[in-house]
Amino acid sequence: MATLIDLAQHYNYIVTIFLMMAGLYIVIARGNMVKKLIGLSIFQTSVYLLYIEPGKIIGGTAPIIDPAFSVYSNPLPHVLILTAIVVGVATLALGLALVVRINEAYGTVEEEEIVEKDRDV
Amino acid sequence: MKAVWPHLPALQVVIPLIGALLAGFMRRGTTAFALALVVSWLMPVIAVCMLWQVLSSGTISYHLGGWEPPWGIEYRVDALNGFVLVLVSVVGAVIMPFARRSVAFEIAAPQRAWFYCMYLLCLTGLLGIAITGDAFNAFVFLEISSLSTYVLIALGPDRRALVAAFQYLIMGTIGATFYVIGVGLLYLLTGTLNMADMAVRLAEAWPGQSPAVIAALTFVTVGVSLKLALFPLHAWLPNAYAYAPSWATAFLAATATKVAIYLLIRFLFSVFGASIDVRALPLSDILMALSVAAMFIASTVAVFERNVKRMLAYSSVAQIGYITLGIALANQAGLTGGLVHIVNHALMKAALFLAVGAVFYRACPMNLTDLAGIGRRMPLTMTAFTIAGFGLVGTPGTSGFISKWYLAIGAIERGWWPLVIAIMASSLLALLYVGRVLEVAWLRKPSPAIADASDPPLSMLLPLLVLALATIYFGIDTEWTAGMASTVAKALLGGVR
Amino acid sequence: MTAPSAETLVLLAVLVPFIGAVIIPLCHAVPNLREAVTLATAGILFAIVCALLTPVLGGARPEAHIINVTPGLALAFKAEPLGMLFALVASSLWIVNSIYSIGYMRANDEPRQTGFYVCFAVAIGSAIGIALSKNLFTLFLFYEALTLSTYPLVIHKGNEEAIRAGRLYLVLLLGTSLVLFLPALIGTYALAGTLDFTPGGILGGKVGAGIIALLLAMFVFGIGKAAVMPFHFWLPAAMVAPTPVSALLHAVAVVKAGVFSILKVVVMIFGVEALSAAGQSLWLTLAAGTTIIAASLVALRQDNLKRRLAYSTVSQLSYVILGAAILAPISLIGAAIHIAAHAVSKITLFFAAGSIHTASHLTEVSQLDGIGRRMPWTMGAFAIGAISMIGIPPAVGFVSKWFILSGAMQTGNWIAVAIIIVSTILNAGYFLPIVYRAFFREPHVGKHHDAPAHGEAPWPIVLALTVTAAGTILLFLMPNVPYALATMMMER
Repeated sequence: MATLIDLAQHYNYIVTIFLMMAGLYIVIARGNMVKKLIGLSIFQTSVYLLYIEPGKIIGGTAPIIDPAFSVYSNPLPHVLILTAIVVGVATLALGLALVVRINEAYGTVEEEEIVEKDRDV
Repeated sequence: MKAVWPHLPALQVVIPLIGALLAGFMRRGTTAFALALVVSWLMPVIAVCMLWQVLSSGTISYHLGGWEPPWGIEYRVDALNGFVLVLVSVVGAVIMPFARRSVAFEIAAPQRAWFYCMYLLCLTGLLGIAITGDAFNAFVFLEISSLSTYVLIALGPDRRALVAAFQYLIMGTIGATFYVIGVGLLYLLTGTLNMADMAVRLAEAWPGQSPAVIAALTFVTVGVSLKLALFPLHAWLPNAYAYAPSWATAFLAATATKVAIYLLIRFLFSVFGASIDVRALPLSDILMALSVAAMFIASTVAVFERNVKRMLAYSSVAQIGYITLGIALANQAGLTGGLVHIVNHALMKAALFLAVGAVFYRACPMNLTDLAGIGRRMPLTMTAFTIAGFGLVGTPGTSGFISKWYLAIGAIERGWWPLVIAIMASSLLALLYVGRVLEVAWLRKPSPAIADASDPPLSMLLPLLVLALATIYFGIDTEWTAGMASTVAKALLGGVR
Repeated sequence: MTAPSAETLVLLAVLVPFIGAVIIPLCHAVPNLREAVTLATAGILFAIVCALLTPVLGGARPEAHIINVTPGLALAFKAEPLGMLFALVASSLWIVNSIYSIGYMRANDEPRQTGFYVCFAVAIGSAIGIALSKNLFTLFLFYEALTLSTYPLVIHKGNEEAIRAGRLYLVLLLGTSLVLFLPALIGTYALAGTLDFTPGGILGGKVGAGIIALLLAMFVFGIGKAAVMPFHFWLPAAMVAPTPVSALLHAVAVVKAGVFSILKVVVMIFGVEALSAAGQSLWLTLAAGTTIIAASLVALRQDNLKRRLAYSTVSQLSYVILGAAILAPISLIGAAIHIAAHAVSKITLFFAAGSIHTASHLTEVSQLDGIGRRMPWTMGAFAIGAISMIGIPPAVGFVSKWFILSGAMQTGNWIAVAIIIVSTILNAGYFLPIVYRAFFREPHVGKHHDAPAHGEAPWPIVLALTVTAAGTILLFLMPNVPYALATMMMER
């Protein structure tokens, strides 16, 4: 029971890990390249959450020094994740661009069919 | 000069970054090449200056933007990454002249400038990973180098290059994300991203928070291992190397995996090793088992591979096994062997892939049977290939022997006698796959496909020969390689708890 | 100009063949000049080795240190007695063999002669490097160089058979050296902390009998060039090479490099005392004995002359190992002398085989009926070589066998005594019938249409084999130099 409460109090991590596993599963299980990229994005997003959640302190404010406040949220994770989001977007964009090119070259974005077509050559 | 001197660490990364930007604006491949050449030749100068500075007056700590660490990003150069920076920049500089004709031959005119742009970005990323002392900054550079690598691979002449790039993108992103999860956990534990600071604070968190620390260690190790293609996480590598443009393959094989290995060493020794009791974990046993598996399985696959570039790619997986074996041994001789093999393998593999690139430039065949008699048509190219090939085998008199020598001594010191035989037996597999190519290249009658092939022009031949000669030179005089690696290993092991 | 110091001579001895190898291809267009360069290189090398002989016999041990590859791992040379013996054998026979090669290669119109002479010079240079190495690492370096430089000679013919033989040659020799020899070398380094050849050994008293047995086994089987069974297959396979290669390399330089290395390891790495103390004599005797007897039995059944000679080599090489296995000083001296004895005798036999091939294109023993009447010089030399192999006076083979046998009797190693006696009978069994056929059987007239009437082979060939046959007798009469060197080897 204690563990259950403990888990419930850290529900944010459960959500993060669920997203992480879901994303990873999609990447592994799907043969469609676009779906793979979607999975990859979900996977990456879960990491954004992993960073940002602990930065939030209940009752904390933005980190602007003011005598009225003594508890601040940590701004650094937000900054880091801003960078990570940029990286993620770039990855997704490049991935999609590759998928477009693959579609042009093979006429399909299904991994199995591509393997099939290469074997024929 | 005086004004520039203290800012060398920043310049090491900023110059190629600006170069990439400028190259992005260029239309003609030739001008972009000239720019890339200038940048590539400037990099070793900076790297050597820094290494000299480190050796004479100790670690360089550069505060980016003037922010004090651990708040700001610190560029921290010690013997280990000074060594890696020199390796990456020197390899880039040596093989750069090869690029012009090879790229012009393999890549369509409108994309050539982009190719150099991506190369410079990749160089920025690799040098950045090596130089930064900040774990998250390393992630950013990791992604910069990875994203540009995906593009470099996708520019390959075959449509399969696109699929290879896509597969690498998926695997690479998973790896980088694993790494960033690990770093996130470390950040949660320690509240810092500066590696040196992290090591200090991690010691306080251990052993109270040991499950979290171990989770972080696992995520970082697995993530980086994906990037460095540790068996069995190497699936992306053979296709990526096989279908990328020849020159890009040579550059990536020599540098990209090596920098990832650097990152692994940095984390295992300087961050975790310095703070927690790594030896209590089964890490080195796991790493050793995987390394030995890589040495044997990847070499065996290479023996049966028909495409020469794929064969060399599998050989890379096997050779990376030697390096990680040195890391697993984690004693003076073993680690020296692993570190020196980073250099030796980089030089040999660059030579081999360049030789294959030169053959492709002249004759276009890639399957083993098409190479029949190529040795008679392109004697100098194939001589370089032969020398570097014997380096892979570890014949005495080549640099590969030196690596294996240290590894074997390290294995004995660790009490792992059978490992010595394993190291040598896997060399025998290397002899088989190298020998297969050599036999076809030198002893078979030249096939009509290569009837009018001849040695490539000097700009391509020279880098190839320099690398091949380096394979021999560093097998005889090891002052710069093994001597340096030994210093680095000593420093790393000295810091381990 | 003063005479070069002994240290310089050591360095020169190793360098001269390699310099020759660089000059030879420059003379590609002028065969006469090219051959002159080969002969000159061989002559200079021999002169240098002879010049070194005086100081070494006088007790000096000149050294030349090149570079420390890693701390404790040096590339260095040192002239010591056993090495001088090997260097002397290799360099003197190179001159004779060069004369022979010129006759053989031209008469048989072999292709790629420049490459042939280059590889030959490199191989001899590697052999000299082995002979004069100061430590096991340097020896290993040149050992591998010897393998690689002789590989192109093995595949000289370039046909499918030669390529297959070359593959076997390379895989077996590099394989054993990488998987057994090198780990043993590394193990020795880890245990002893040095690899320098030291009279009395470097491992004595440092390790237990079990480790000594393991290391010794790894050395004996790992040094594949010594052709101890079961790693002997490369040697018969290598016989596809042109006869001068079989003669100088696969009867002298390469295989002697193997047994020389084993002798060096036994005497100067382990130390005779340490090995006797560890009780290593018996199994090594058996291993060598098995090879001697088995290879002789195989040789009995070979009809191809060169293959028969190859198996005889396998068998004779193990005499040297047997001499070492007995672990008596006198048998070790015998083993050292046998290096020289077998070299001159076997090269004579190969020269004769090549001479027959050149003159009549015959390769099988069964075709040789009556050939002694047409080629009296050749078959006379062959007979001398054969009696030396069997160990009958007045040929030098008797001297070395005598010493080995005395050692076996001294130590009461009756197995070794039995092996020597049985193998002598077997040797006679496969050599005397050839001599008998050649001289006392009627030639098959008209049976070989493709073999027209012929006389002796070209004069360089006949000259070479006469010289070595004479050497076989001469060394019996005056074994002073090999004997002196061999005894000095045993001094502490």
